Amino acid sequence: MTHRNDRTLAVRAIARVEGEGAMHVRVRGGAVEDVRLEIYEPPRFFEAFLRGRRHTEPPDITARICGICPVAYQMSACLAIEAACGIEVTEPIADLRRLLYCGEWIESHALHIHLLHAPDFLGYTSALALAEDRRDLVERGLALKKAGNAIMELVGGRAIHPVNVRVGGFYRAPARPEMAALAEKLRVALDQALDTVRWASGFEFPDFHHDHEMLALVTPGQYAIDRGTPTSTGGLAFAPAEFEEHVIEEHVPHSTALHARLAGRGRYLTGPAARYNLSRQWLSPVARQAADEAGLGAECRNPYRSILVRAVEVVYAVDEALRLIGQYEPPAPCYVDVPPQAGVGHGATEAPRGVLFHRYAIDADGLITSARIVPPTSQNQASIEDDLRRFVAGRLDLDDQQLTWQCEQAIRNYDPCISCATHFLDLTVDRA
Amino acid sequence: MDVPTLAVWKFASCDGCQLTLLDCEDELLAIAGRVKIARFTEASSEVQPGPYDVSLVEGSITTADDAERIRQVREMSRTLVTIGACATAGGVQALRNFADVGEFTSVVYARPDYISTLATSTPIAAHVDVDFELHGCPIDRRQLLEVITALLVGRKPNIPAHSVCFECKQRGNVCVVVAHGTPCLGPVTHAGCGALCPAHHRGCYGCFGPMETPNAGAQVGLLRATGMDEADVVRAFRTFNSGAPAFIELSQVARPHERRSE
Repeated sequence: MTHRNDRTLAVRAIARVEGEGAMHVRVRGGAVEDVRLEIYEPPRFFEAFLRGRRHTEPPDITARICGICPVAYQMSACLAIEAACGIEVTEPIADLRRLLYCGEWIESHALHIHLLHAPDFLGYTSALALAEDRRDLVERGLALKKAGNAIMELVGGRAIHPVNVRVGGFYRAPARPEMAALAEKLRVALDQALDTVRWASGFEFPDFHHDHEMLALVTPGQYAIDRGTPTSTGGLAFAPAEFEEHVIEEHVPHSTALHARLAGRGRYLTGPAARYNLSRQWLSPVARQAADEAGLGAECRNPYRSILVRAVEVVYAVDEALRLIGQYEPPAPCYVDVPPQAGVGHGATEAPRGVLFHRYAIDADGLITSARIVPPTSQNQASIEDDLRRFVAGRLDLDDQQLTWQCEQAIRNYDPCISCATHFLDLTVDRA
Repeated sequence: MDVPTLAVWKFASCDGCQLTLLDCEDELLAIAGRVKIARFTEASSEVQPGPYDVSLVEGSITTADDAERIRQVREMSRTLVTIGACATAGGVQALRNFADVGEFTSVVYARPDYISTLATSTPIAAHVDVDFELHGCPIDRRQLLEVITALLVGRKPNIPAHSVCFECKQRGNVCVVVAHGTPCLGPVTHAGCGALCPAHHRGCYGCFGPMETPNAGAQVGLLRATGMDEADVVRAFRTFNSGAPAFIELSQVARPHERRSE
């Protein structure tokens, strides 16, 4: 073998991920000694400056943690604050929230599938390069993304950092004719979403599997999005209020994101594959049929095939949005009053990238006294590093350039959202 | 004629403003046909070396490394445009400017010694010359297209500096302050969103930052008249554009003797 036994590989500024980070690999004596995902997004201190804010403010403030998934932050914040104040919203309001959340899943997944991830499978550096050869594919992705944003704009008031969400519900309920016009767009999007699943199922997926415990919310009878019970593939289940007893975050020196593990169990993975493995039975018939035809089977443990799961989730989210619009009556009133009450509340929802947990303590005047936010990417970081360790170990015969390229692809499988996780990627491989 | 090159840069931010470029679903491929997108790591693995004709800069400066990096970006850029509240006013993370960042670090991180950060979050213009500032948290998609179009043909972007009230009247909204007594920052907030919040029956919360020459005294009086107390008025100006000088002034008018936010 002509390759050195000791080397260092560095990916500086991992592309096509949300946010910025790097990856370092150290190889000694022909074996992988260390793999580190370095998140160098500067800390922004949300949990610190939320203290002293009104209990009505976290949906607007925490949306700014992530421009890709602001609704996830708004929804987890609302659930947590409403729980602290002993309020539950009405079912029509909960349904409207679920519809808004479907919009975010469609927009975020369509972005990742077509613009960030698919170019890897097709050998392009970007969707713009892909568009030079196959403009129709990129246009389909952009059209799907636009359909998701159409939901965000009608129900949320804006595609990025929606203005229409408040603790207790919404400022304004869309009128039925507005919803009917939206449904027209979504019926077209459903066909595009089904085409996307068929297209992605033809990709070549490297043979790579993991056995991580996987964690997702579960809502019997429904594919969990806007609420549910945190449940693992290992049989663990607990209430959102017990989240911090089961999920332990640790601070590692190489990252502004905290690393999470399950107490007494270790690293785990959250996100689309976790949801699919735990809630496949609750997919709608059209989404389940799409999954079957794509060959996804009962369980997905190959991170490369996560693109298929996202594509199936887009089908589900479009289908579910159409169902919710079909039964829509504007809720009146469109919010419930949430007077402040001293207490602690917890909220967990399924962001496009996985479980997003919020906890707030509120005093009797309605001011926040403490806040805790656990985003999906920091929960996944330890498992991603473990996968990369095994991934690199099997590919040490590649030169640095090829190995770097493949590691970047491997990381993009997880759709890491680095802006959220700071609390990723320059790849360096150190072969000494 | 050479095709102009475009670079997109990120500092401390949520990615939402550069996402706005990808949210131009109907125009993105047309833009890519008119300019060479030479560096946009959120969208492409291919990075072409500078210099660049236009750099769009998202995010604020919060670390010593970033203070150095923005100088390099400036040197590589013929025209530098800052996009969004982080880049133009320090963003929501500028709330640290009114607090003790050491205490903030100990609240969020178990090992503050692993964290390296500056005591303040500052806009790009505090570090380098900026050719054009586009406001908003996030920026507005139509305004971004206007800026890119104007730069391509070499004219000044048509971005009005008046208040949200103008847009509210244009849209035909009922004034939420007059009709419902709802607190609203519209009279002092920079236009650009199309008066979204009043159209959704809520008061403007100032995410586009201050308009030119706002009337601080009148605005604070208006908010107090809706029943907001002093601390609420200060909080209203301390969100996503808290570092903008006009909003600092407004919060000082609201609470003349305050030393820190809470």
